[in-house]
Amino acid sequence: MMTTPQDEEGPRTTLASRITSLLGSGLVQLFLVCVALFWLMPTLGLFVTSLRSPQDNASSGWWTALLEPAQLSLENYAALLDNPDFVASFVNTVLITVPATVIIVVVASLAAYAFAWLEFPGRDWLFLIVVGLLVVPLQVALIPIAQVYGGAGLYGSILGVVLFHVGFGLPFAIFLLRNFFAAIPRDLLEAARMDGGREITIFRRVILPLGGPAIASLTIFQFLWVWNDLLVALVFADAQSAPMTVALQSEMRQFGANLDVISAGAFLSMVVPLVVFFAFQRYFVQGVMAGSVK
Amino acid sequence: MTDSDGAPSPAGSVAPEEGATGAAGDEPTRGTGRLGPPPWLALVFLLPALLFLGAYLVYPILFSVYRSLWDAAGTEFVGLDNYRRMFTDPATFVALRNNVVWIVVAPIVVTLAGLIFAVLTERIRWATAFKIIVFMPMAVSFLASGVIFRLVYEQDPESGLANAIITTVQDTVSPSAAYPDANPRSDAPLEEGPGGAYDVTDEAQPGERIQVPLVGVRADDLPESAENATEGPVAGQHEISGTVWLDFTRGGGGQEGVIDPEESGLPALEVQAVRDGEVVATAHTGADGTFVLPDLASEPHVVRLAADNFTEPYQGVTWLGPTLITPAIIGAYLWVWAGFAMVLIAAGLSAIPRESLEAARVDGATEWQVFRRVTVPLLSPVLLVVVVTLMIYVLKIFDLVLVIAPGSVQADANVLALQMWRVSFGGGNDQGMGSALAVFLLVLVVPAMIFQIRRFRRENQ
Repeated sequence: MMTTPQDEEGPRTTLASRITSLLGSGLVQLFLVCVALFWLMPTLGLFVTSLRSPQDNASSGWWTALLEPAQLSLENYAALLDNPDFVASFVNTVLITVPATVIIVVVASLAAYAFAWLEFPGRDWLFLIVVGLLVVPLQVALIPIAQVYGGAGLYGSILGVVLFHVGFGLPFAIFLLRNFFAAIPRDLLEAARMDGGREITIFRRVILPLGGPAIASLTIFQFLWVWNDLLVALVFADAQSAPMTVALQSEMRQFGANLDVISAGAFLSMVVPLVVFFAFQRYFVQGVMAGSVK
Repeated sequence: MTDSDGAPSPAGSVAPEEGATGAAGDEPTRGTGRLGPPPWLALVFLLPALLFLGAYLVYPILFSVYRSLWDAAGTEFVGLDNYRRMFTDPATFVALRNNVVWIVVAPIVVTLAGLIFAVLTERIRWATAFKIIVFMPMAVSFLASGVIFRLVYEQDPESGLANAIITTVQDTVSPSAAYPDANPRSDAPLEEGPGGAYDVTDEAQPGERIQVPLVGVRADDLPESAENATEGPVAGQHEISGTVWLDFTRGGGGQEGVIDPEESGLPALEVQAVRDGEVVATAHTGADGTFVLPDLASEPHVVRLAADNFTEPYQGVTWLGPTLITPAIIGAYLWVWAGFAMVLIAAGLSAIPRESLEAARVDGATEWQVFRRVTVPLLSPVLLVVVVTLMIYVLKIFDLVLVIAPGSVQADANVLALQMWRVSFGGGNDQGMGSALAVFLLVLVVPAMIFQIRRFRRENQ
């Protein structure tokens, strides 16, 4: 998907057309360089801002620091990591994201296996319902689940946030995995069944190893989705269970006065997603693409 | 982004691996089931998922519809009143209007950008690096993207990147005033001229040397090039010379209306000689504030400090004001989602047979004609999927608006998903109205739901 098929236009005959094409390619290069800069600058701006003191940020633009690197320091980050509330919100983000990702992968794998390889009445209809549920906006569930949580004592708890993410992540997760599992060669399963393997053994020995890439895509995608969530946590978490996104959002009300906290916090919240993105970009891209028309 | 053997099918890339849906998706449905396990086992595998789907999707949909027919506290049945209020309430109407703008503009802009990037990256060697850069925002939260763009859109050109660029360009095209706050003392020999200019009260004859004192220039507004004011050169027969200076000695002392030793000249001021309402000569003051107006007829002239010297400098665009807030946030949205559109379209592009492009080129089509007549039609299924997907996401846009729009303009930037949250959780506490809004959002995605199911069934036949 990311290859660059180029110079495949066949032999160019005239000098004039070659010059035109060179000129055109120069313009294309220039344009794309500008676009790339345009895409990088905002993030760079946040990063540089987070390395400057509030006084410097108040008196001049972040770009001046590129000429005077002496302004830059890690003090904002040190202050943030000394702040127990912020550290707690970071821990909450982890405590929400990891279980939500694990549970969803397990539950969705089991269900996807059933949809792909087990026979039962109404299977196709049931799966179409799952496909339909893919696009349901999660706003629909906020009020009903808030009432349920109120009664069940889950309101304001990390568990409540986790379970909500699992529920709303499932249609996509099942959809992605089922399509992948269904593509596993039938012979492999038949052979395993012939050998008298139990379904759970087949699931563990055949499906999970072969489904690795799809499960990896789902894991990465789900991890980032939950890590980056604001709305669900905003509604269901309380001050003790709030993840980073909610903590930062509450800082936005004083935007400007607390730029040191917001910029460093926002950048810290980006570090894990960026590392995951660069380490597993292929799986992440596949997950995102599988989510088209979600 | 590395090479991937998992390129999605051009038709819509629902499957992570090539051919997953098309080739094998329908196979198990026709299996013999000879060796298959009993149906009850399927239930065991499905049970956890069904419980979650029932509790978090099916039940909430039903309950929301029911709840939307009750009042704020849920104690009184009000029928469709919440829906009626939804369309008459001004705040919700603004949200509705903005959502329409979003749905019409954002998916098309993002898809166009993705298409342009995807097509152009086929011609460069660093396509992978470019794609990583543009796709990267997809990995970070809307909150972080929002903070990033809140910084970009800051009003002050000294801190907001967008306005810094705009004012720099503007300054290059037409340099802005250097002394917005400068003004004469009330007893100085100056009076207000047209459009904010200042005229020297007494007309000057060529050959005269005049002094023009100003005050009100802050120390940090003074250009670094400014030097101590001097009397200036003696004027020639057809010249008027003089000095414009800051008639203020720091730390006190000095005499008003007189060039004292420590007082600074005001450089780069535009001085005009005016006769019968027409500017006949212009000059700019030097580092010491002196100027010479040349080539004058031997008649009295009005010496004028041009209005341009004193107008407020251009402060850039008010991105975060009530008028531009929605386009500004759509700009941030483009930044986040262009990579998504680009990657899907690039995948579709790589699946287009090279021969059909070649054939068109051999027939003498220009690159533009190839793009317009061959590439785009062949890509149209992918483009449709991208647009529909983006519409569904745009419909639910929430975080970016909440984070980028400052509190004071949030009502102007409002969208349905945000209004739903505000009404039911963010202070409104009207869960009847909130449920009605949620149901309305759900109704709006039903066409996408049907599109999705149809596409799925087609691909599995």
